[in-house]
Amino acid sequence: MLKIGVPSKGRLMEQCADWFAVRGLRLVRTGNDREYACAMEGIDGVEPVLLSAGEITRELAAGRIHLGVTGQDLVRDKLADWAAQVEELAPMGFGHADLVIAVPTAWVDVETLDDLDAVAAAFRRTHGHRLRIATKYHRLVHDFLRAAGVADYQLVDSQGATEGTIRNLTAEAIADITSSGETLRANHLKLLADGVILQSQATLYAAHAAPWDDPTRAALARLKAKLGLA
Amino acid sequence: MAGKAAARSQAERLFAAFRTEGAVPVEADILQPAEVLLDLYGEDIRARAFVTTDPLRGEMMLRPDFTVPVVQMHMSHGAEPARYCYMGEVFRRQEHLDGRATEYFQAGYEVFDRDDPTGADAEVFALFARMLAPLSLRAATGDLAILMAAVRGLNTLPTRKAALLRHIWRPRRFRALLDRYGAQRPARTLPAASEAPLIGLRSGPEIAARLDALAEDAATPPISAEEVALLDDLLDLSAPSITALAHLRDLTRALPSIALAVDRMARRLDALAARGVDIDRLAFEASHGRTTLEYYDGFVFSFHAADPTLPPVASGGRYDAMTAVLGQGRSIPAVGGVIRPGLVADLGGVTC
Repeated sequence: MLKIGVPSKGRLMEQCADWFAVRGLRLVRTGNDREYACAMEGIDGVEPVLLSAGEITRELAAGRIHLGVTGQDLVRDKLADWAAQVEELAPMGFGHADLVIAVPTAWVDVETLDDLDAVAAAFRRTHGHRLRIATKYHRLVHDFLRAAGVADYQLVDSQGATEGTIRNLTAEAIADITSSGETLRANHLKLLADGVILQSQATLYAAHAAPWDDPTRAALARLKAKLGLA
Repeated sequence: MAGKAAARSQAERLFAAFRTEGAVPVEADILQPAEVLLDLYGEDIRARAFVTTDPLRGEMMLRPDFTVPVVQMHMSHGAEPARYCYMGEVFRRQEHLDGRATEYFQAGYEVFDRDDPTGADAEVFALFARMLAPLSLRAATGDLAILMAAVRGLNTLPTRKAALLRHIWRPRRFRALLDRYGAQRPARTLPAASEAPLIGLRSGPEIAARLDALAEDAATPPISAEEVALLDDLLDLSAPSITALAHLRDLTRALPSIALAVDRMARRLDALAARGVDIDRLAFEASHGRTTLEYYDGFVFSFHAADPTLPPVASGGRYDAMTAVLGQGRSIPAVGGVIRPGLVADLGGVTC
């Protein structure tokens, strides 16, 4: 059986089901509606597995599922050398989220990464520690800032309510997911002009580490044909 | 790839050879205080150290190298002059599935000597060259002090020079800054204040100070095209040492600030030649060492195998400024280097 990890809850699950439905494949719940069991109608040999988006990323890396639907942000942040572990089969056009760097709107002297770097140097001289950037996307943010040559910052972990860390004096800037910028503005934060780290969307991935054999490869070929990816 | 036993036995041979040179063997704890030391390594190692928490000592890291702990030990109770050697494993996280080791042996040699720094540079390099000679490695050298002196000598704002010096180790940002400071450009128009409430630790006066600095920068003429061209010439310099020295002597007429550093390079080449190094062929690259450890600030060197995908078999350099940082007011000229015994064993090994 070709195992495909699909989001188990909420809006992401609905959009995922819609995406497959448009392509003639129906994700249907089996058993009672509290039971996390599911089937895919319209194709043989494909078994959906309901998981959270974070788990799908992990299971893809482990090769316990062949395919999975999850966010690019999660794959690129959680998997070292992601391109060596998974292949992007299809961006799916929903679950859009931008990972951005934001600073207090009151920092009128900061518009770009260049400014952020200069401010980080001065901040460190003044306060004796590096400028803190709160985020849960450590790999993506670090790689981005390193490529841009920004120095004298440190990442501090924030798993939620990241926008509040600056007011709480646990960080000076943040790197977080935003879809509209509404929450940033409400928290008196602004984007840097060149501070978009990743424009992420839900994506169908294939796992290199999965046990690919003839039946699963054949099922993948059928699925790709249905999805117009062949 | 050689197993751990082969790497260890090669490390022991290198270590014994260092001891024969008169170096005192030293140990370093595997667990090192992360907060104090991690900053000294620079961005690359900072992101790649294995950091863990000790309930009593706070953030600790698995040692990413020996040089920093050895300098710390020397600065707290070492006698001068001193020659140290060490061997053991270092630990660095790898972010790519290309099989690079996360733990590997290093054998190293460090010299703390104020009387003859250029002689000490030559001593370390010549020792490594002699020990590694059977492997027919390619050696490369550089001198960050020349580059730093050139930046310090620029005819421009101290703030610009400080920004360039800060990014010596990040060539892309250095380039971007140099291009910006060298271009005639319209002043930025920034709002003097914002309606938004000031949140966070960075204060109003800090923002005002930066606005002043930006205004000062905007009112200052760009770094002259001649100076930028001279710096570019220097950055691109890559030639056999003797040819490079002649070129640097020429550059000194237009860039007098590098004269002292170039004199030091000349004395070092004399000392290297006296120790039998073929300085007519020894490669010199002015930008060498700009993407490695951030504590080097003078002579730097590395030895490479023919396979370009392998990391350097050996590397080292001078790190005078770090001794001042760890010496709390005291400092001593210091130079040293490490060999990776695992790679040496892979390449056939040396008996020393």
